[in-house]
Amino acid sequence: MVSNIKSKYAANELNLNKAKFKHNIIALAIWSTALLTVSLPLMMLWTIGVEGFPQLSLQFLLTEPTHAGRSGGILPMLISTLWILCICLVTVVPIGLGCALYLSECVTADSTIGRIVGLSLDVLSGVPSIVFGLFGYAVFAIQLGLGFSILSGGLSLACMVLPLFIRTTEQALRACPTAYRRAAEALDLSLFAFVARILLPSAASNIAIAFIISTGRALAETAVLIFTAGYVTRIPSHWSDSGRALSVHIYDLSMNVPGGQPNAAATAVVLMLLIIVINLVAHRLSKRWQLLE
Amino acid sequence: MRTSPTFQYNLQFTALLSASVLLFILYFVGRESIPLINEVGISAFFADNGWYPLEGQYGLAPMLVGSLLVALGAIMIATPLGIIAAVFGQYYAPLPLAKIYQATIELLAGIPSVIFGFWGLIVLVPWINRIAPPGASMLAGIIVLAMMVLPLVILTTANALTRVPPTYLRSAQALGLSRWGIIYRIALPIAMPGILSGVVLQSGRALGETMAVMMVTGNVVQLPDSLFQPIRTLTANIALEMAYAVGDHRIALFVSGLLLLIITITLVVMAHYLKARRYGQ
Amino acid sequence: MYDEISKISALESDQTEKLHNKQAILPPSTKPSAERITAPPVSLTNVSVRYNDLIAIEQANLDVPAGQITALVGPSGCGKSSLLSTINRMTDTIPGCHVSGEIWVGDKNILHTSTDLSYLRRQVGMVFQQPNPFPLSIEENIRFPLKEHGIRDKATVNHMIESVLTQVGLWPEVNSRLKQNALRLSGGQQQRLCIARCLALKPSVILFDEPCSALDPLASATVEELIKQLTPTYTVLMVTHNLAQARRIADHIAVCWMQSGCGCIIESGDTESIFERPIHPITRAFCQGDKG
Repeated sequence: MVSNIKSKYAANELNLNKAKFKHNIIALAIWSTALLTVSLPLMMLWTIGVEGFPQLSLQFLLTEPTHAGRSGGILPMLISTLWILCICLVTVVPIGLGCALYLSECVTADSTIGRIVGLSLDVLSGVPSIVFGLFGYAVFAIQLGLGFSILSGGLSLACMVLPLFIRTTEQALRACPTAYRRAAEALDLSLFAFVARILLPSAASNIAIAFIISTGRALAETAVLIFTAGYVTRIPSHWSDSGRALSVHIYDLSMNVPGGQPNAAATAVVLMLLIIVINLVAHRLSKRWQLLE
Repeated sequence: MRTSPTFQYNLQFTALLSASVLLFILYFVGRESIPLINEVGISAFFADNGWYPLEGQYGLAPMLVGSLLVALGAIMIATPLGIIAAVFGQYYAPLPLAKIYQATIELLAGIPSVIFGFWGLIVLVPWINRIAPPGASMLAGIIVLAMMVLPLVILTTANALTRVPPTYLRSAQALGLSRWGIIYRIALPIAMPGILSGVVLQSGRALGETMAVMMVTGNVVQLPDSLFQPIRTLTANIALEMAYAVGDHRIALFVSGLLLLIITITLVVMAHYLKARRYGQ
Repeated sequence: MYDEISKISALESDQTEKLHNKQAILPPSTKPSAERITAPPVSLTNVSVRYNDLIAIEQANLDVPAGQITALVGPSGCGKSSLLSTINRMTDTIPGCHVSGEIWVGDKNILHTSTDLSYLRRQVGMVFQQPNPFPLSIEENIRFPLKEHGIRDKATVNHMIESVLTQVGLWPEVNSRLKQNALRLSGGQQQRLCIARCLALKPSVILFDEPCSALDPLASATVEELIKQLTPTYTVLMVTHNLAQARRIADHIAVCWMQSGCGCIIESGDTESIFERPIHPITRAFCQGDKG
């Protein structure tokens, strides 16, 4: 009798041990998969760093390319990239901010117009970048006669970045406490006064993060720019000039210029450093502002 | 709140402008494509024997198949890995590590596609070349694309997991379920519509990716019969030929853009309703 | 339009400032009852509130006498707050919310479509359960709404800031740090600032939505005392679920209760008769602590 109970306990113990073993195996599998998923891309960055860093110098950043980019620097690309980014963001910020304000303050998320605008933004953010390139080419370069230019490239890029900026900004605005809205309503403030004095200042930090994230996305983009901003490696003197962005330069050097790979790697390092800095700034800002609140 | 009509109209204008960008794109890409579609008929783009645009052969089928295969392969690799990695970040990693992990994934999600392509070109392609030449192949495309999409899948999955009501998890814990049991039986099933919606969205992204794929797949227009053969995707075709295409050739590229647009819109709308279903429940 | 209003409010401001001065001299418990009462009575006739198809309040009737405190009591969820926010039509902002019946503020039915909402919101001020000062400086919290309503003269505005802050008893506590962020104040101070902000717009009716329930007992007592001092200059309607509080400060009580799924007012009268001689059996049980 007693021995019977004992053996039952023993069996239970064995089951428990078995279960424990199973769960340990699962945990191990999950840890190793997780490590694999980050280590492979990190190794990729490492490889590019090793390839690119030796070419990197102040000289590289401040001179024009020679021999189709095989030697020389990337000054024109840096300047073109900056121009394109500026045009893109100058377009995106006012329109995006207005749209985000409209979505968060003037309509509810489940109203017809809110749903239509929301769905079309979601769809827009899923459109392949090459299609934005085609669109930008057909409309800005050809239809509006802007040609292959920084303006065409910046505007096409703006169309692509717009939904991202609107959605992140809208989230920032919706995070504003409803108590403020109710107080403003009871005091009969106008929407404009509420937006200007209460809403935007209280959401400013998160809007800044939205801005930085959008900058990162714009900086990373290539396919849109190939046949809108063009290929030219001169320093642009006007926004109607063609200009080659950093990412396009990497593509061109590695695919079309035999022997261009070392400089492509160095340019990739520059681009990657820019992206990392942008990421860190966004991260740091969001952390600091969370602490303040 | 009371608003001055001007302010309201200004906001409404920007909202409608933003929403109409999509319509503009559809209109312009459609308008550029129509002449050729009218001339040779839609079926020509799928039935023609090959892509010889200068001779009036506009068969997009091999490239469409190439695009679909590469995207599908990448998603099939990235989805299980991504879900496991997200589970790790949400439930297994100790807090400081989880934060670092999340930040790293966010950083990886922001890496420009051209950098993935460049790495594929200088590391992956030579490596595959040693196993089965020429190296630039569908397999290389799948791997590079999977690496690109993986962080995005992790982020959307993690997001879906954070929305699982914590009360469910706590009550399961109170019942003495093991960690894996809670994840497998409760968290994942509840988050599944959100996860699927993310996966569908990311397959749209994979299908639409240009640079990374173009730099490693060899860009030969053919129906592949092994993973190691080079292929050309729709996106790469546009990027490669747009620079010199004229006349009907150029229009044919717009038609392939329209095709891409339609496929990705379908995927996004699908993802949208998957997500909506979750909230409807 | 604005000119007229500001003229009227300038006139009123003279009067109320006299009042404020008097109040500052008088001991806090005595009321300057000799003053002419300018506050209007509020009266609700057959007011129903619907949220889409859900009826929240059915046929409520309530008289809020001018220049006195009326407390709306009842268990949570019976629609007290909804009823309160019909009076300055904050219910307009809730999608799907529909109010029917008649609400008279003075001699105007404010549910009528011709109502000037802007004027109504200034006439009927509201203070919320959670103190909700704006994330601005203390003085800017008062100056900003004034500016919005076209009162820009620096001297007038500064005078007004001092006067309303004095009225709510905050002036001695904050006059040296008016530029400080209002969110740094304690909960009770924040709530008093919200009341001051509301007073600055010169309302004649003030709605309080459980003004003390988010505050600690001490701060709560200060705010209670302050509300008592608002009469007879203002008509006060406050929602509370604290019966003791209602008994302490209200002149009139209305009891709100859920009956067959929707809120209604089952009894109202002056404080003494509600507590001493309730007619409705639920009121009796509720006021003696058996229910709710």
